[in-house]
Amino acid sequence: MLSYDLAVIGGGPAGMAAALKAREEGVEKIVILERADTLGGILEQCIHTGFGLHYFGEELSGPEYAGRFIKQVNESDIEVKTDTMVLDISQDNVVTACNNVDGLITIKATAIVLAMGCRERPRGALSIAGSRASGIMTAGTAQKYVNINGYMPGKTVVILGSGDIGLIMARRMTLEGAKVKAVCELMPYSGGLTRNIVQCLEDFGIPLRLSCTVVKTHGRERLEGVTVANVDENLKPIPGTEEYIPCDTLMLSVGLIPENELSKNAGIELDSITNGPSVDEYRETNHKGVFACGNVLQVHDLVDYVTQESQIAGEGAAKYIKGEKKTGECIKTLGTNGVRYIVPQRINKQTDKSVKLYFRVGKVFKNVKLVVKCGDEVIMSNKKKKMTPGEMEYILIKLDTIKSLPADSTLTVTIEEA
Amino acid sequence: MTKKEMVCVSCPIGCAITVELDDSNEVVSVTGNTCPRGDKYARQECTHPERMLTSTVKLEGGKLPVVSVKSASPIPKEMLFEAMKEINKVTLNAPVKIGDVVIKNILGTGVDIIATNDAK
Ligand SMILES: Cc1cc2nc3c(=O)[nH]c(=O)nc-3n(C[C@H](O)[C@H](O)[C@H](O)COP(=O)(O)OP(=O)(O)OC[C@H]3O[C@@H](n4cnc5c(N)ncnc54)[C@H](O)[C@@H]3O)c2cc1C
Repeated sequence: MLSYDLAVIGGGPAGMAAALKAREEGVEKIVILERADTLGGILEQCIHTGFGLHYFGEELSGPEYAGRFIKQVNESDIEVKTDTMVLDISQDNVVTACNNVDGLITIKATAIVLAMGCRERPRGALSIAGSRASGIMTAGTAQKYVNINGYMPGKTVVILGSGDIGLIMARRMTLEGAKVKAVCELMPYSGGLTRNIVQCLEDFGIPLRLSCTVVKTHGRERLEGVTVANVDENLKPIPGTEEYIPCDTLMLSVGLIPENELSKNAGIELDSITNGPSVDEYRETNHKGVFACGNVLQVHDLVDYVTQESQIAGEGAAKYIKGEKKTGECIKTLGTNGVRYIVPQRINKQTDKSVKLYFRVGKVFKNVKLVVKCGDEVIMSNKKKKMTPGEMEYILIKLDTIKSLPADSTLTVTIEEA
Repeated sequence: MTKKEMVCVSCPIGCAITVELDDSNEVVSVTGNTCPRGDKYARQECTHPERMLTSTVKLEGGKLPVVSVKSASPIPKEMLFEAMKEINKVTLNAPVKIGDVVIKNILGTGVDIIATNDAK
């Protein structure tokens, strides 16, 4: 059995930032386990720019952003095992993995950071009538075909879902000569960044059809077209609004699911809203010494936030390894009235730092107050001009405030009329 | 006089901005923005909109068949498709390093197309 202070599972931006931070904090024996053949994670296929505006103050492409961290990892003494798939995490922090050099390996780690990212919701997760014609794929799969493998998956495209990946692919396919006929969004608003709606759709005259979905796919061998229909306020298709759109490709951009099979098997408690582990302020799960960060914890749209969150996890893991991490009574956090969830889900009362609470709202809010309460007592209240489900928000809770709260209390973040 | 409606993308608020243009396409007024960045964005969008361009170019002798590239700074929006034509003519030989110039001064814009990934 191999032995490390810290084993990081996943070598995307989350895993790399956590490992680098832990190293900086003095942790000596660190290994990153990555199933792909390079570090970088999903960023390797995100060739568009828009990464790093917050963190580096520059507008980088995905591979450039990842490249900066890959360089730092390569220059450090952090060990990297690529082409290595982690299969299991045991109760006592033994990681089982395999690759074609070492075969099956077991690693005993004092601390573990989960950084497995997320995957796209596949077609099976929706119920669209039609046979299994080729030409139906997730937008991320299409992105990989075009940007990594260098070929075009189709010529005429309909995109279902207006998440950022779908929007980015609408532009990418258009620039490469395909015709994107429409982007259909089930909800009455887009889940994507405004910037992407403007620069990926409006720039190219691609229609965004809100409250609209694909109800049927046509074609046996290859996709020949789709039937779309408008939906009512209960998101049910409205009879009589069906329209046939010929196309050879249907891309799905209908959400991401944190990749938590390993976490579940290890008995790690998941949050039913985020589908990621439930964590404390240092991103430690209920499983002692196991931390989580990046898209495996909550789906992020800005990689800059992934980096920040992962540095917190890396710092937490370092404290745990050095025996300095405070544990004990916790304050719970809770989102209500439009605030869908909060990460972290709990804060150790003995913590040593102010804590940012990250959250998403369930619908678009304009000119409201964001209120933090403990019981009936209002602790903070901030005016907000606009909040949308597409953009992650945060609010800082000062250390003094945390210290002043009774143990076992609950901090509630809620939205009130201004 | 014409009016143009747009959503500002400078920050997440996304102000709905209205720009009035006179007959020679000069900006007469900008309304709806809540900060100076909105004004600047709206004027630029109406007079000379620019965009970053990202794509891939063919790679010979590498592990992967393509390598990603970008314009080093934004280029005029109306030149995007023409620039794509130029980018699609290029074939590089591995190895390529991040920042390597792939096309110098594309279409006379003064902007270079550069590699955004290392390719072995
Ligand atoms: C298509 C797309 C477009 C995006 N566009 C933007 C944008 O414009 N701007 C922006 O700021 N952000 C963007 N993002 C978000 C940002 O890229 C992600 O939030 C970020 O990459 C998440 O990092 P991560 O390390 O958590 O996950 P990932 O990058 O997914 O990395 C997870 C890694 O874990 C590995 N792994 C998983 N399971 C195992 C296992 N069992 N064993 C070993 N390894 C494993 C995977 O192979 C992968 O390399 C985009 C994301 C996507 C998907």
